[in-house]
Amino acid sequence: MSAREEILDRIRAALSDQPAVPPVPRNYRQTTGLDAQALVELLVDRLVDYKANVFVEEPDGVSGRIGELLAGAGRFVIPPGLPVGWLAFDAEPARAVVDHPDHPLTVGELDAMDAVLTCSAVAVAETGTIVLDGSADQGRRAISLVPDHHICVVPVKSIVGILPEALQRLDGTRPLTLISGPSATSDIELERVEGVHGPRRLDVIIAV
Amino acid sequence: MSQISLGMPRIASYGSGNLFATESFPHAAHRDLDNAQLRANLGHATGTIREKRLKVVAELPDWEELREAGSVLKQQVMADLPRLLVQLEENVTQRGGTVHWARDAQEANEIVAGLIRAEGATEVVKVKSMATQEIGLNEYLEEQGIAAYETDLAELIVQLGHDKPSHILVPAIHKNRTEIRDIFLAEMAGVDPELTDDPRQLAMAARAHLRRKFLSTKVAISGANFAIADSGTLAVVESEGNGRMCLTLPETLITVMGIEKLLPTFLDLEVFMALLPRSSTGERMNPYTSLWTGVTEGDGPQNFHLVLLDNGRTAALADEMGRSALHCIRCSACMNVCPVYERTGGHAYGSTYPGPIGAILSPLMTGIEAEENNSLPYASSLCGACFDACPVKINIPEILVHLRGKDVDAEHAKRKLPSQMDVGMAAARVAFSSGRNLALVEKGLPLGKLMAGPDQKIKRLPGMAGGWTQSRDIPAPPKQSFRAWWKKEHVPTPDTSQTPDAAAESGEDG
Repeated sequence: MSAREEILDRIRAALSDQPAVPPVPRNYRQTTGLDAQALVELLVDRLVDYKANVFVEEPDGVSGRIGELLAGAGRFVIPPGLPVGWLAFDAEPARAVVDHPDHPLTVGELDAMDAVLTCSAVAVAETGTIVLDGSADQGRRAISLVPDHHICVVPVKSIVGILPEALQRLDGTRPLTLISGPSATSDIELERVEGVHGPRRLDVIIAV
Repeated sequence: MSQISLGMPRIASYGSGNLFATESFPHAAHRDLDNAQLRANLGHATGTIREKRLKVVAELPDWEELREAGSVLKQQVMADLPRLLVQLEENVTQRGGTVHWARDAQEANEIVAGLIRAEGATEVVKVKSMATQEIGLNEYLEEQGIAAYETDLAELIVQLGHDKPSHILVPAIHKNRTEIRDIFLAEMAGVDPELTDDPRQLAMAARAHLRRKFLSTKVAISGANFAIADSGTLAVVESEGNGRMCLTLPETLITVMGIEKLLPTFLDLEVFMALLPRSSTGERMNPYTSLWTGVTEGDGPQNFHLVLLDNGRTAALADEMGRSALHCIRCSACMNVCPVYERTGGHAYGSTYPGPIGAILSPLMTGIEAEENNSLPYASSLCGACFDACPVKINIPEILVHLRGKDVDAEHAKRKLPSQMDVGMAAARVAFSSGRNLALVEKGLPLGKLMAGPDQKIKRLPGMAGGWTQSRDIPAPPKQSFRAWWKKEHVPTPDTSQTPDAAAESGEDG
């Protein structure tokens, strides 16, 4: 008998008492009912708590803010579908390197980048969580991981209150990354230290 | 159990690997309790995490509703496990992954080593994984000439220190910062000799040490926190980014996962991603969670293998009282609140799974008769703190009592002659069966007082009762029992409403 058949048989035998299970009681919150302004305030509070740097900008302020955040940086990587206007700050567009699906950057090239600039798919205010789903304005997972500085734009329309609302908006079969602050560890005496293997600096621009 | 076998295997198939205590819990605990540094480290760490957990749990108005949903969802998964596993397999395969099934630790280890060899690799990077710890994968790969590098900071500390994990979330919880610095200085190639014990500096040393490995290693090995049956999606929950590195950069990813890790649908993550981070690290959300489904062209590993592991899980599932132990999402909240764990630490439990959950899970997976695991269900005061903290409401105290019963039955089956415990219990049964008998026994109290001597403490009891006095004294019993005193103080008088007969009766039996 194959391992597969044997394990499935073992499970069926183990369940020979046919345990009865009640329906799942989903009496937890499905939404918070907060308005856009309250959602932004909550998200900012949570991100700051995680030691991310947060900026709330009008649409025409996004590009300028990105420029400021990249002031000291050399080259930075961008996904193929980033809104063009966001790079308007840069008189010297050669600093931005596109990671294109037809000619992706090598890991070594990514490691040489000073920063990465992406958009995001959904943000969850209550937990301060930003979700990337690999869309063209976010790129593949490696580009937002290897560079040490991640600048992430969160459009206000993508902010929801709690996780159930976020999952409704996502396609589970896309590669998803949930990011809640810069990388961190609590492995030494359970004290949180921000910044380990993932980007040590996370700048979030909320575009209202 | 039903006698209708339908050709199915009827003997429970127990797990192997690192699930066994090699000495009894009291023996191991006795030694570890002598380590004052260990106790200080554990007290500090568990105290910190308990406070954090309570704070973030209190923030949610619907915490109890989430727990209830999580508990019932897991019951559903167990009851429907064959269908959900096949559905997961179909979805993973359809999305370009390959699914393997492993009956036990040895089979899983062989599958993984074979996959690594097929890629021509001699080293792998690893994301922290309880399943691979359980099957002893690192040791097996080493025998096969394959180097496995742990990349989680705590696992790295344990690996460099040639140590064993002592906690499922923070495997190096038994080490303090100074001890960790000393391990890094002694074992980490190229480390700055000026390294201090500042946790930030230690984390940066680990970053520098592992960076090259992440960027160049071709094969990664992970566990999984959740697997979604209806989409074939796998999830790894982490903090440092080492998980993202391993799940994203290598060409080949091998995930080893217990068969109980399933969730029926993608939307069920709304329950478990609310329960897990708050229960484990006491955060509203962990820094990083990665979700992937099979292979995605142009993004992440292009070869994906999923190894589904039984290794005693079906034996646990067959125990109707104990099967809910499989609901465990490995948050570690139960060990952080456990007064026994806080004092002995995780090593005393022997198995990969320490603390209250380990005290039920290990014997359920190996059988209560296995090696020294029969002492684990007694490693508890049954205070119930673990049940209160468990995000999926596993009734750990109830299962501990159930397993103690199974252990007693197993011991009886082995022995012809009654043990001291049997004799004691039989005597207690007689003594407590009527007030008259108990009154007789109580006449022996002055004898106990005499035994206690001038300092009024009994320091050593005879026989197996000596275990009780090994680490504490018993105060001398009073001169007379409460019932004798009551009888003397409440001499029935003719004008009470009770008849003298009734009063005497209640004095005798009350």
